[in-house]
Amino acid sequence: MASEYKLELRGVSKSFPGVKALDNVQLSIRPGTVHALMGENGAGKSTLMKCLFGIYKMDAGEVLIDGQKVIINNPDEAMKMGIAMVHQELQPIPARSVGENMYLGRFPVKKIGPIQVIDHKTMYEETEKWLNEVDMHFDPKAMLSTLSIGQMQSVEIAKAVSHDAKVIIFDEPTSSLSDNEVETLFKIMEKLRSRGVAMIYISHKMDEIKRIADDITIMRDGTYIGTWPAAEMSMDDIIAKMVGRELTNIYPPKDREFGEVIMEVDGLSSIHARSFQNVSFKLRKGEILGFGGLVGAQRTELMEGIFGIRNISKGEIKIHGKKVDIKTSRDAMKAGIGMITEDRRARGIFGCLSIKDNVGVSVYNKFLQAGFVLDHARINKVVDDSINKLRIKTPNMQEHIANLSGGNQQKVIISRWLANDPDILIMDEPTRGIDIGAKHEIYEIMTDLAKQGKAIIMISSEMPELLGMSDRVIVMCNGKKTGEIDNEADMTQEKVMSYATQFN
Amino acid sequence: MSKNQILGFLKKNTMIIVLIIVVAFFSWRTGGAILLPMNVSNLISQNAYVFVLATGMLLCILTGGNIDLSVGSVVCFVGAVGAILMVNLNVPIWIAIIVMIIIGTAIGAFQGFWIAFVRIPPFIVTLAGMLVFRGLSNVVLNGLTVSIKDKTFFVNLFGGGADCYVKDFIGNGTLNLTCFFAGLVATALFIMIQVSNRMKRTRKNYEVEMFGAFIAKLVAISAVIVVFSYKLAQHKGIPTVLIWVLVVVLVYGYITSNTTVGRYFYAVGGNEKATKLSGINTNKVYFLAYTNMGFLAALAGMITIARLTSAQPTYGQNYEMDAIGSCFIGGASAYGGIGTVPGVIVGAVLMGVINLGMSLMGVDANMQKVVKGIVLLAAVIFDVVSKRGGKMIVKN
Repeated sequence: MASEYKLELRGVSKSFPGVKALDNVQLSIRPGTVHALMGENGAGKSTLMKCLFGIYKMDAGEVLIDGQKVIINNPDEAMKMGIAMVHQELQPIPARSVGENMYLGRFPVKKIGPIQVIDHKTMYEETEKWLNEVDMHFDPKAMLSTLSIGQMQSVEIAKAVSHDAKVIIFDEPTSSLSDNEVETLFKIMEKLRSRGVAMIYISHKMDEIKRIADDITIMRDGTYIGTWPAAEMSMDDIIAKMVGRELTNIYPPKDREFGEVIMEVDGLSSIHARSFQNVSFKLRKGEILGFGGLVGAQRTELMEGIFGIRNISKGEIKIHGKKVDIKTSRDAMKAGIGMITEDRRARGIFGCLSIKDNVGVSVYNKFLQAGFVLDHARINKVVDDSINKLRIKTPNMQEHIANLSGGNQQKVIISRWLANDPDILIMDEPTRGIDIGAKHEIYEIMTDLAKQGKAIIMISSEMPELLGMSDRVIVMCNGKKTGEIDNEADMTQEKVMSYATQFN
Repeated sequence: MSKNQILGFLKKNTMIIVLIIVVAFFSWRTGGAILLPMNVSNLISQNAYVFVLATGMLLCILTGGNIDLSVGSVVCFVGAVGAILMVNLNVPIWIAIIVMIIIGTAIGAFQGFWIAFVRIPPFIVTLAGMLVFRGLSNVVLNGLTVSIKDKTFFVNLFGGGADCYVKDFIGNGTLNLTCFFAGLVATALFIMIQVSNRMKRTRKNYEVEMFGAFIAKLVAISAVIVVFSYKLAQHKGIPTVLIWVLVVVLVYGYITSNTTVGRYFYAVGGNEKATKLSGINTNKVYFLAYTNMGFLAALAGMITIARLTSAQPTYGQNYEMDAIGSCFIGGASAYGGIGTVPGVIVGAVLMGVINLGMSLMGVDANMQKVVKGIVLLAAVIFDVVSKRGGKMIVKN
């Protein structure tokens, strides 16, 4: 008997070292419907999709298509079974044509005598046909780089349709689209719906969900919460289901005294209209100021703007009441700002260098003899001190940083900035990818620093961490500051979430 | 010693061990000829330019596996200009030397500008430089050879001609005592520095290598220095060019490990984004690497025309490959961030010994190239695979 569902996932579990990312999750999609998959950052939505798509191997659980059990080992097999994914960050080849991007890996061929060559004529004709299928009319020979993000997405969708996909996953497809492009996308989705395609739609935007979704499945902390018809759920219901968790108390007590205002940011705007716009806030000594928001809220970009590595169109920054002009990271450091980046591996550590070099790199020019020779004795002392003070677990300071755990690497990077003695420390996702024990240690370090009078800005996408650590929380959405919570009683997950989803 | 310690020791000193094996192999195959005083002395004189260029190339490679293909042509061009100045225009030698250094450095800065500030890939910029300066050398020399044989001061100063050895102030017999004593002094200095370093580390409770291994290393290296200086003393003494090489190696060894700028080369190659975020101007670091390469190419240019007592439009061909090869054989990473001056010198000596050994064995010059190519490939494969934890094939 044919199943009611086009696609079913049952009892899916997946662990990464130290974390249970998915625990017995289920998902059932009816054909010809749009199924919204919702949850906070880190709830496990993307992990679940990657398991479905064969990018990750699930530890337990099964996938059923039309009621038949199937096993998917890699994206290629997924596509052959009619599952396609429109990625959150598109991964096209910008310097090649639309047609080549659509047929990458499966170019139509023809034979000239004994040799096979690519049949360009067929390829472009087919591409045009599929583009028309999704109501897109542009030149299949155009270079992909000349298209807008929305158009590139249409190419991805056309590609999915050309695979005769019966299940299409949209992973935050509207995060970088303009309103018009969103309309176009929805029209395409309507069309796919009428053709009986089952769609999984991952998004945080409530109004979109209310408009397009037929069913909603909500996940939280890697577990399945439930599935409801979209029409029956109000926005508040959805938020309550997404955040409904008890806060566990692993955070040090907030018994800090604040000093005077050390930094004032006034109307800071990026040169890019879609990035942060008109953000203002104040930061006091001895304070941990949390920045909350969804992925893509432009919090990191804002901090990079303050740190001088992103261009600012208008607005000003005052430190100790004086206007400062920060154009490079060096200016920012001179003004007393330090920044610990979110992407530790790509932008934080020097993987092939020792702990000593990793700590020393930003302060070498402060420890010199005769103006240019490194004073190894003093540097060693600084490095030794931080290894002891921050309890970095390592045999010695010559150890390569790549051999340390994530938590210890993060401590090394914190040491690097502390060696510079900044007044203001920006920490972007300070505990990402760090196990729970080390997290706790980082929290204690942060609390200690605040007590010493340093001002800390912490970006965190983990709600409990944000609420547990911050003295004050600023919430951003889509590049704008949408809320500020400054008393403990108002610091609730619901409040943050409702500010974080204030699009428009 | 535990198994891990032995493995660690082998891994850390692989190229030195390979060098010892290669030397042993060639002494056996050539009936000891490779260890004759004259051949040891020649090893230095013949390869001096490689030591100098490889040191400069290391800085470029450290910034991220970037190479400089133009050095061979720059060596030739600087030499050509120098020879014309000294011979045709009769410019005083000191002025000619200064002009040559300025020209080399300016060429380096010119290429560095495009690489560092405009971010044209180094491969392209230096490939262009390779063609441009090879062509200009021909233009300057009019396609001819200019002999500088009678500029004896210049020739002797940079290690060419018959009399290019440091004078023997003490001895007067067959053995050059100045040379031998210099070797003994160097040995004593080396032992003193090593012992004092070790004592400092022990006092601070840092990890030190096993006492036995430490003594063995001291004895082995001291013996090599003493024997080496004795061999040189038996020939004609210290080649003047060895002084230049030592100065370059010591100065750059010191710069790379003990100055801010030196450590920045490692930082940029290790992670450029993180370096920028640490407030370092990475453009300047690239610029400096290539400007410095031009400077050292000028020095190598002088050494080259002195040794060959002439300038010719074909000089310096494939010098860039010798320099690059030495760096990679000497343990520099093709991705940047890893490599040391002493390592590169070991790489250069290894290449030199293989060259000399095969020549003495009478191996055909073309086969020599084949062997050198295989050695280079094997060294880098070893480096990459051992860093991957011994896994040979990368999973797709």
